[in-house]
Amino acid sequence: MLGWRAPEIEQELPELQLLIGEAQHARAQPLTGASPADVRQRLSELSDRFRGARAVAIRREPVPAAYRVFFRHIGLEPDTVRTPIEAAILERMVQGGFPSRGLLEDVLLVALVDTGVPVWALDAEAVDGQLGIRASHDGERLGRSADAPVLPAGRLVVADASQALAVLFGELAPGHEPHSRTRCVKLFAVQVAGVPSVSAQEALWGCRAALQQR
Amino acid sequence: MSNFEQSVIERDDPAPGLTLMRGSSLATVEHADARYASVELQQAAERAARVSLRAQIARLEREHSAIVAERFPHICPSPIAMPAGREHGPALLDLGELERVRDRLAGAVQELRARALERLEHERRAREQLQRMRLEPGRYKFARLPVRDLGEGVCGVWEVRPRLGLIGMLAGWWELKLSSGCPLPRGLRSMRGPG
Repeated sequence: MLGWRAPEIEQELPELQLLIGEAQHARAQPLTGASPADVRQRLSELSDRFRGARAVAIRREPVPAAYRVFFRHIGLEPDTVRTPIEAAILERMVQGGFPSRGLLEDVLLVALVDTGVPVWALDAEAVDGQLGIRASHDGERLGRSADAPVLPAGRLVVADASQALAVLFGELAPGHEPHSRTRCVKLFAVQVAGVPSVSAQEALWGCRAALQQR
Repeated sequence: MSNFEQSVIERDDPAPGLTLMRGSSLATVEHADARYASVELQQAAERAARVSLRAQIARLEREHSAIVAERFPHICPSPIAMPAGREHGPALLDLGELERVRDRLAGAVQELRARALERLEHERRAREQLQRMRLEPGRYKFARLPVRDLGEGVCGVWEVRPRLGLIGMLAGWWELKLSSGCPLPRGLRSMRGPG
């Protein structure tokens, strides 16, 4: 399913799309708990796929390159604020592998490394209506919690019907992340110009399949 | 003539003053239309300019990435300063901000191109030096040339050494040798001990 876009975004960045999916968490482990063996095995396989040479050359591959271009279009410097795939590969180089950080984070990382498309997850119960992309209003807060940080006006955010819930390619609203008792997550992927739809859909599908597996 | 009839006549044949007033309001409407059209035209032109700038940024970014990917580690990217106030988050950039991004990226690409050319020249000189060392090793006794200078890797050194050590030095037997490359990850076997 595609998320909505504010008219000014649709006009200025017509190829920017928000892909949304929902997944029922069916595994025995909690989302924030340790990953099962199959997920850790997949992370290990992916670690072997990336060596130093590819870490440098990845910026020229079509999907990562598309995110670099988009970062520049929205005022982010991709050599300072790394694109999600480059950040993951850089960490792989520093750590010597993809360390496991819990079921949900691992599943999202596998999807990212497999397809190059970043996926984020929100607690479905904390989302009000459909997700979309818009610019933040003056004085708007990131999320509904009492300690939610205030956003500067004009920041690109992923929002539900009433509130900004994530900065685009940035942090999620505090209190809206999935927690150990979350059974249903709202997944979203950001597709930009130059990223094939099939890659973005595959990223979402991969996450959903991994979480729904019993 | 009744009042009604008179009003009908006036409506059909309006007074000169009334015509002037209507004309003036028509002119105002036309003027407003023209102004609206001009604003729309300007907005469309700005939108087209932003599209063009985004295309230029995309082209420059691809070139920037290509130079870095091809010449790494000899050429590393240095972060480009972004428009003031935009460092910390994503936003829709206006025309001026997109221009600044484009200009800074163009400057960075130009700098990378210059460094790449310098590097190519450095490697060309190193290859010529290696050729000379190979042809006349006796003229370049103990000269060392890292393979990094040739753009062929990061470890290893070409060195002119005497064949058979002291005998070669006395007899003038010099040869060009390449060191064995990168150090082993676990250190030298002789230092590691058995196993």
